[in-house]
Amino acid sequence: MAVTTRDAVARALEGRRFDVRGYLFEGLLLLSLLIALGILVTLLTDVLIGALPVVGERGVDFVTSNMSARAERAGVLQGITGSLSLMIFVVVLAFPTGVAAAVYLEEYARDTPLTRFLNTVIRNLAGVPSIVYGLLGLAVFAVLLGGITGPERAGRSLMTGGLTLAILVLPIVIITSAEALRAVPTTIREAAFGVGATRWEVIRSHVLPYAAPGILTGTILSLARAFGETAPLIMVGAVTGGFAFTATGPVDALQGPYTALPTMIFSWARQPGAEFRANTSAAILVLLVVLLIVNATAVILRNRYDRRW
Amino acid sequence: MVQVATTERERAEAPGEVVFDLQELSCFYGSFRAVREISIQIRRNEITALIGPSGCGKSTLLRSFNRMNDLIDSARVTGRILYHGVDLYGPAIDPVEVRRRIGMVFQKPNPFPKSIYDNVAFGPKVAGFRGNRSELDDLVEASLRRAALWDEVKDKLDQMATALSGGQQQRLCIARAIAVEPEVILMDEPCSALDPVATLKIEELMRELTENYTIVIVTHNMQQAARASDVTAFLTMGDDRAGYLVEMNATEEIFTRPANRLTEDYITGRFG
Repeated sequence: MAVTTRDAVARALEGRRFDVRGYLFEGLLLLSLLIALGILVTLLTDVLIGALPVVGERGVDFVTSNMSARAERAGVLQGITGSLSLMIFVVVLAFPTGVAAAVYLEEYARDTPLTRFLNTVIRNLAGVPSIVYGLLGLAVFAVLLGGITGPERAGRSLMTGGLTLAILVLPIVIITSAEALRAVPTTIREAAFGVGATRWEVIRSHVLPYAAPGILTGTILSLARAFGETAPLIMVGAVTGGFAFTATGPVDALQGPYTALPTMIFSWARQPGAEFRANTSAAILVLLVVLLIVNATAVILRNRYDRRW
Repeated sequence: MVQVATTERERAEAPGEVVFDLQELSCFYGSFRAVREISIQIRRNEITALIGPSGCGKSTLLRSFNRMNDLIDSARVTGRILYHGVDLYGPAIDPVEVRRRIGMVFQKPNPFPKSIYDNVAFGPKVAGFRGNRSELDDLVEASLRRAALWDEVKDKLDQMATALSGGQQQRLCIARAIAVEPEVILMDEPCSALDPVATLKIEELMRELTENYTIVIVTHNMQQAARASDVTAFLTMGDDRAGYLVEMNATEEIFTRPANRLTEDYITGRFG
């Protein structure tokens, strides 16, 4: 029988020896975190220092100027408007299609080998390198449908770029929307079915509204992904040099040339000379600020509408 | 559509009328048989309790009464459930119409994350409620009163239902089920997530509700079945893990003079 005098119990309960392995493990975890943070900080510092001359000397002028062959006059305005136009494409095309596909998969499709296969395919599509989507966009939207997307530019138009980015993020929109739908408890669906609602009424009045914040967050994050994509846009002919905006109407603009922020960064980074290097850093800064705003919006929305069941 | 006589007078004239007539009903999930060949009758304005050990198919059986099992892809039934003589699984039957007449209260209180008012009003709205706003108000009030919740929530109808206590949420779920004026209310262990005080309230409420409704309740709590039900059916699991009916009788009989040894072992706590 164990000794139960006060001293014996105290000895038994008081601290064990120094836990070396425990501290070692904790230290290792902390180190990993510091490495990740360190890389990020280095990157940001590098960009900030590089961008400082441009931001300091030109300020807003850099954001409101068009492309130019001369570094001191070149600005990112066309990149910003181009990127925003592309985002509109993504929102208008990928958002409704993606959400609808997710609703079908989660709420209507029966659990068959086919739907399981489809789910796997969609997950894999989300992981396909973006350059592959660039090739697809080139083959389908630029070459095959060139007559519609841009008859005068061999299909290398804003429309082609937007369509390519839209199909690029479509799987991501489907996956995040499906996850948001799945997070709505079955008990809520049962409650609605239980009072005699049809499937459509259950989805419209309950499942979709409750999943909306999650769907929104996912969509915003996929927008951020599209915003930063470079490779597919270069593939489908985003302009990397200077161009003049001469469109006379919306159709003309859709079929016309365009560029995007990341594409500009790519082309400036290839220019010789220190001036363009500063421009590159400044453009990266603009891109990061936009991405930060987009992600912050997503986080705020998620926290605001976070639902506890 | 099936016409069902549901006026107070007609009910009073036909006490003990058979509402559900199960004929060798079996329930399957894929190839797994969860419930085997159950033949029982459930009578109007009575509380019928389904008791039995975990996994014996009580809930599955209950969910076949309003075709809630349809929501599970692999679920299917064989045999028949006649509701006032009409086969609920007949080819022309619309499960949505079935559920409007046969309401359900679930194990865990599951109010919609909406206002108290909207929770109760949702059913009537999807059922095509034709009245104006004040008539809907009246219906919501009447439902909440019948569920013995009105006095506690009348000043905060626009507040979130999820902010109510567990017992209040469950009574709200009962009010929500009542609001579509069903004939039958199925209750799937409605008190398992509630404390004893809230449980007692629900049991008292069930007794009051039998004036207008027929209730079928699944419960794990034998005292509850003994206290609150008129008729008790005892189910257990066979060697193939399929639930089957051991016996069904007046609750008093089951708990004082069980005919079957298995029932006796179960209600005295020697098994299950």
